[in-house]
Amino acid sequence: MNDRYHEHYCGIGRVVLTLVMAMVLRILPLPPQLAAYNPDWVLLVLIYWALAIPERVGIFSAWTFGLLTDVLTGRMLGQYALAYSLVIYICLKLHKRLRRFPLLQQGVFVFSCLLLSQLLLFFVKNLQHPAQLHGTFWLPVLSGTVCWPVLHTLLRFVHVSKRI
Amino acid sequence: MAVSLKKTPLHESKPEASAIKLLFATGPSINTRLLVAVIAATVLLVAEHRGPQSGLLRTSLSFFTDPLKYLVDLPSGLAKQAVDFFDSYASLKRENKQLREEQLVRQTQLLKLEALEKENIRLRALLENSFKLGEQVLVAELLAVGRVPYEHIVVVNKGTRFGVHLRQPVLDANGVVGQVFRTLPMTSEVMLITDQNHAIPVQVNRNGLLTIAVGSGQFNSLVLPYLPSNADIRPGDLLITSGLGGTFPQGYPVAVVDDFNSQPNKPFATITATPTARLDRNRELMMVWSKAAPVPLTANPADEPNPVTPNE
Repeated sequence: MNDRYHEHYCGIGRVVLTLVMAMVLRILPLPPQLAAYNPDWVLLVLIYWALAIPERVGIFSAWTFGLLTDVLTGRMLGQYALAYSLVIYICLKLHKRLRRFPLLQQGVFVFSCLLLSQLLLFFVKNLQHPAQLHGTFWLPVLSGTVCWPVLHTLLRFVHVSKRI
Repeated sequence: MAVSLKKTPLHESKPEASAIKLLFATGPSINTRLLVAVIAATVLLVAEHRGPQSGLLRTSLSFFTDPLKYLVDLPSGLAKQAVDFFDSYASLKRENKQLREEQLVRQTQLLKLEALEKENIRLRALLENSFKLGEQVLVAELLAVGRVPYEHIVVVNKGTRFGVHLRQPVLDANGVVGQVFRTLPMTSEVMLITDQNHAIPVQVNRNGLLTIAVGSGQFNSLVLPYLPSNADIRPGDLLITSGLGGTFPQGYPVAVVDDFNSQPNKPFATITATPTARLDRNRELMMVWSKAAPVPLTANPADEPNPVTPNE
């Protein structure tokens, strides 16, 4: 019994570690030409874990990491928490089908998830005050989709080799 | 059961296994969870929209996130240290000599400034006007933290622990950089004057013409949208802070007016200016505290403070 608990918390620890690494990537200083393309790593990692181990990574974890991302990136509190929990809800609803999809189809799904999250952020920003946004606001959606296969492979390696 | 699941890779895991896990999962359903999460997020958003910028929740969460900012900054900080370490003796000596000369020049200028300041205080006392003394500064260093490129907000390594407060002016050696936009215990965020949501009250140094300089979203340009087309302003004019609005102390250089063509057929002139501060290159910034206590009107400083304190 104790062993299983130990294993459980070890696994969760690794999941949290990948999420923290995603948060670091999120604020990595990049040259200005590249900075616009920096995708929403935290959401991508959350999507992976929600599809892979939906019984452990759920809406509340997404909400918590969303809130941390809010503080990290200096947004209004609750903005990312809202977007992430909605996206992860969809992932949880569809995870059985999505796990069987080929990477390309998953890519389409991830694209729509990222777009939804970005739309929600835009919506909240607009509620705050009518915002004038640059076209580069939408670039992370594209780059995130491009990064998905690589991230999927990496996290799958972590997932399988560490037996989370 | 659980062990067998863990050994199978993701795509081959039995669907029943996770279904059973979900079936026996305790706690509310995911619909309920989503509802709770959305309501909580909305409450936070509304509270933030109405309340102060930095609340208790943000401060406590920042104890988890601020170390990440320092972690991300580590490589560039180390690179800078390495460069310092391998700096040659000759170049250090050269730099030292140069700095010494510069300091000498500044010192003499300061001597004159002190006399001028005294004179100014005396004159203002004659005019029955109070005068704000100089400011106190603290050097803060930029943290190399990646932010969204369409906002000109930077993170510095001094926070409320050092007494940094909201709307505090931030300068560098050449001019005004911006103002503190959000404070956390260990870091704070500074909005640069070139941010699209930033405006700074300025005046033309040559003739005292007052206007407002708005950020353009580009590091090398400010916009002066509120000047009539016949305003007395020329290319090359220095814009300094006017002190109106109360955020920025008066008299610091902000920008130099660019070349422009006058368009007499339009009601407002389209004029841009280049900030004097090196906004995209500086690593050291100065946080400024204005001394609130005004100089007393009488020559005797032991007198009680002046009741007509300007609130600006």
